[in-house]
Amino acid sequence: MPTVELRFAALPGHVRTARMIVAAISRRSGVPDEILDEIKLAVGEACARAVTVNRQFDPMAPVVVRVSNDDSFAVSVVDCGPAGQYLGRAYDGGRGSPSDLLPDLGSIQSSALKPRDDDTSPPLPAGLGLALIEGLVDDFDITAQPDSAGTVVTMRWSVKEKVDSPIVAV
Amino acid sequence: MDLSLTTRTEGDFTIVVVGGEIDVYTAPKLREQLIDLVSGGSYHLLVDMEGVEFLDSTGLGVLVGGLKRVRAHEGSLRLVCTQERILKIFRITGLTKVFPIHASVEEALAAKD
Repeated sequence: MPTVELRFAALPGHVRTARMIVAAISRRSGVPDEILDEIKLAVGEACARAVTVNRQFDPMAPVVVRVSNDDSFAVSVVDCGPAGQYLGRAYDGGRGSPSDLLPDLGSIQSSALKPRDDDTSPPLPAGLGLALIEGLVDDFDITAQPDSAGTVVTMRWSVKEKVDSPIVAV
Repeated sequence: MDLSLTTRTEGDFTIVVVGGEIDVYTAPKLREQLIDLVSGGSYHLLVDMEGVEFLDSTGLGVLVGGLKRVRAHEGSLRLVCTQERILKIFRITGLTKVFPIHASVEEALAAKD
């Protein structure tokens, strides 16, 4: 049962809002302050990817973000496209292997930098956002939605020991 | 915070001072700015990122796109950045090998590469 579930229309302008909401929840959840930037970036990347997928395959469908705070601080971002879209080159159709997602940087450097007239081609591969998540987040997985279309990107961070002891007057 | 962009010329270089957040929503604004500069004949760009509070992969893509464009005219694109949280993103993606990254505008202007 998520602590907070957020649904937003698949528009790039809402990604910042999602990032800020998740950051605000993380602050209240015992996540160390020093990883706040990491959380914002990883959640932003996951949401940006989901917005791209929904806009291509089902523009009216919302992006869903589920935040839970049990043993760890976990954020899942769910899109509505066919499973496995925009994941990079090594997606295996259900159980993505994050370590295979990092794009081949040798090929980025040579092909992306080759001057071309075509301004619309993305200079970096679709999997780059996930590669960034992988570089930032230790505990990260990609699964297909069990009952419907869509891919779930889940990121988890460990939380500090909760300090429940009452303040003792000295 | 939204994206802020100001430009000024110094010698052969056009300095683009970027502030705020470069993400999937604001990156197109930066892309347009870089395209306009290159179309207007500015082929040596220096992007000052000291005021950037957030950068995502879309922003990286725009910078790589800018580098492609200036290189098509034998130009250059240098970055100024000392913020660890931004530098980390360039390191993770291996783009520190692609962009010359300098600690100050003066250093970037004086660099030979």
